[in-house]
Amino acid sequence: MSFIPHTQEETREMLQTIGLKSIDELFKDIPASLRARSFNIPLGKSEFQVTEILRSLALKNATGLVNFVGAGFYDHFIPAAVDAITSRSEFYTAYTPYQPECSQGWLQAIYEYQTIICQLTGLDVSNASLYDGGTALFEAMMMAVRQTGRNKIILDSGVNLIYRTMLYTYTSNLSIEFMEIPVEHGQSSRQGLFKYLDDKTAAVIFQNPNFFGAVDDYSDAVEEVHKFGALAVASVYPVSLGMLKTPGEMGFDIATGEGQSLGIPLSFGGPYLGFMAAKNELLRQMPGRIVGATVDSVGKRGFVLTLQTREQHIRRERATSNICSNEALCALRAAVFVSLLGKDGFTELAEHNYQKAEFAKEQLSRIGGVQVKRASPTFNEFTVLLPRHADEVVQRMIEKGFACGFPLGRFYKGMDNYLLIAVTEKRTKEEISRLADGLEAVL
Amino acid sequence: MKLIFEKHKDGRKGFSYGLSDVSGAKPLARKYCRASKASLPALSELDVVRHYTNLSRLNFSVDTNFYPLGSCTMKYNPKFTERIVNFEGFSQLHPLLPQLSGGGILAQGSLEVLFKTEKLLCEITAMSAFTMQPLAGAHGELTGAMLIAAYHKDKGARRKYVIVPDSSHGTNPASAALAGYEVKVIPTGADGYMDLTEYKKQLNNEVAAVMLTCPDTLGIFNPHIKEIADMAHKVGALMYYDGANLNAMLGICRPGDIGFDLVHLNLHKTFATPHGGGGPGAGPVGVSEKLVEYLPISRVVKRNDGIYALDYNYRKSIGYIAPFYGNFGVILKAYAYMLALGKEGLIQAAEIAVLNANYCQARLKDYYELPFNKNCMHECVFSASRQAKNGVHAIDIAKYLIDKGFHPPTIYFPLIVKEALMIEPTETESKESIDAFIDTMIEIARYAIEDPALIKQAPINMPIKRLDEVRAARHPDLCWKP
Repeated sequence: MSFIPHTQEETREMLQTIGLKSIDELFKDIPASLRARSFNIPLGKSEFQVTEILRSLALKNATGLVNFVGAGFYDHFIPAAVDAITSRSEFYTAYTPYQPECSQGWLQAIYEYQTIICQLTGLDVSNASLYDGGTALFEAMMMAVRQTGRNKIILDSGVNLIYRTMLYTYTSNLSIEFMEIPVEHGQSSRQGLFKYLDDKTAAVIFQNPNFFGAVDDYSDAVEEVHKFGALAVASVYPVSLGMLKTPGEMGFDIATGEGQSLGIPLSFGGPYLGFMAAKNELLRQMPGRIVGATVDSVGKRGFVLTLQTREQHIRRERATSNICSNEALCALRAAVFVSLLGKDGFTELAEHNYQKAEFAKEQLSRIGGVQVKRASPTFNEFTVLLPRHADEVVQRMIEKGFACGFPLGRFYKGMDNYLLIAVTEKRTKEEISRLADGLEAVL
Repeated sequence: MKLIFEKHKDGRKGFSYGLSDVSGAKPLARKYCRASKASLPALSELDVVRHYTNLSRLNFSVDTNFYPLGSCTMKYNPKFTERIVNFEGFSQLHPLLPQLSGGGILAQGSLEVLFKTEKLLCEITAMSAFTMQPLAGAHGELTGAMLIAAYHKDKGARRKYVIVPDSSHGTNPASAALAGYEVKVIPTGADGYMDLTEYKKQLNNEVAAVMLTCPDTLGIFNPHIKEIADMAHKVGALMYYDGANLNAMLGICRPGDIGFDLVHLNLHKTFATPHGGGGPGAGPVGVSEKLVEYLPISRVVKRNDGIYALDYNYRKSIGYIAPFYGNFGVILKAYAYMLALGKEGLIQAAEIAVLNANYCQARLKDYYELPFNKNCMHECVFSASRQAKNGVHAIDIAKYLIDKGFHPPTIYFPLIVKEALMIEPTETESKESIDAFIDTMIEIARYAIEDPALIKQAPINMPIKRLDEVRAARHPDLCWKP
């Protein structure tokens, strides 16, 4: 299959214009010794053949499972209009809107996305998107390091282990010192924070709800952090912000998170959406593209990429980040998703998640030997203690058609019997009851 | 156009979750809850759809306009790949599924896609293994720089510098710096190639790696590339290949054969996945044998029984650079594209990309300054210096092109060419569309002499005129306020 329009006649004419006789001559500057030694790729196939090959591979994946696995990545319903809009090729076959006059659609959409992120997080400014929740958290941490000129990071161990591991990987060649606050009964320990907090601290990082699903009000902790001149960073789950106290309300300086839950399919881990919002005074430390409103030469409102002197194409090795391509199309999905739900719908979504998880807690707590952890309130995800190894339970439940949760022993030592269960708005009362029945049967 | 927030009407709804089949749980204590609802817009579904559909019509895109944005490889994005990523088996798969006990078997289709894509990329680049995890080109560069650091650390020497030419992408030095390196910049010589004398002078056993694009950002293949690689290897430095320009090399030349040790590819450039208005892309990194053990975890392996599995057992791995297995949806589209084109299709893509660029160069070189008069590869770089003498700068040319329905080339990059115009037509553009663009460029060159003011006033046909960018930066207005 080929997408090349040239007829033989045209190719000949073009070569003639260039002054060459053959295609091969185009490559005459490449020494023969450097030409490809092999190129053992199968011959091309038709659209139909490739589609069928991939259809059969798709069928090898299990999609029929009733999903209670979250752990930072959630199975939410996506309205059809989100797909319809993001399938407009005027959006998806464009690139970064470097030329504002022929990119106003994209620029305005990003400006609206930035507004939505500020509204959800309660903070002042947002960028145009980052790769994912983990890289966004890394960028936030680096903002704090630059802003404070310090290099000590206090990291709550209720932050998703995947993200903590990413932070450690990214800083392995930088001089950053990490302290981890232990989690007690699934909650962040204030004592642990006070033990490490000092005037060398650049940032303290929390997650809300934390990895165990526990919801907290970090206002008091943030106040302490500020007393030492450090910045407070929150990694948050955007759907929960339809209900929970915002990072802005708690005084956090920067909020980041994984935007996948805002209308982006799970898609085996990507593409996803890293979002970031911050207080105004951190604006010039922000990484990535930022869109701003301005006026044209006759005073009409328009939008441009702005504050570009922060960026790699201008400042090179002194840029705030190396990011170039971002996740714009995923940001557009989020903007359309949130706009469709609107002010009331977004609250409704949060409420449904909360109610269903509470219902599931009730159902599961009736099973003998299952202990639902209730030390903290939760949003749509919670922890249960099982009478046996969670891995075994998960395996047995897969056979029954359920992805029943994420076994915490995978990420935390000594938690082999704990299971993390997420209940989104998609799960029905009946599915939750069947989950409870199934668990009862396998325990 | 009004903002979506300005179209808000209290009480409207674009989506409803209906009545929940469970309710009545005790509400969350007030201290954990936000004080008031977020100020999000309230509109009907049609309002929202019309708003965004009308916004989409204000964009130039590959599907609507010729888009010769140099260095970005804006080739046609085949539609069949869009359908494939929407197969539920792919789109609804939770990434943690294969990490559950007994869950690997549930994700065999997706793991096979990752495994086979890696194999194809290895053959295309002559590398030993790839990590599919990097989420964009620059993310691949950072991953590469961290692999370089891990390699040298393991060999017992930290090393301090990364060398880049002054024509490099800004992401190269920025990525190297983020991995803890200082950057040494080598100037470009009068012949358009990296200055070898200066390179030799800077090269020593404190240099960790040399980062290059090939063909370079001037669109030229550097015939000294092997020599450059050999010299780097002699002092123990690694050769890093920025794959932004791989489109010219498919089946023609392979980075591994030339002597590169690491490669990142931009799947959204070379392998036709859509650029999505700025992303998502994918930037897988390939390495030669000596670097395989440092690759990020997890890695996808094929067991003896034919089952695909995730392997975390790499003691020297740099760790996690992404939450999961990369931008799977993007990788899947690139895989479908490679299967469809096959060997002959990929080679032809490179050939015609180079043909189209040389055709542009040949037809335009009487009208625009060609700073390095050489046979180009997939893109050609002109300077508007002649036009600038009459006050017509690269930016003015760009704006006039917009008025005529063409997305402008990349302008003012590479930084070493004054008034740069970097034109990359790609292989999927027909002779007619390229001719139409060239004719307009020739018209601009004529107006630059006869009536420069005509060019300077552009654009006049667009919904907005030139924007006040200084005001945008001085008085940042970055979100709508209620």
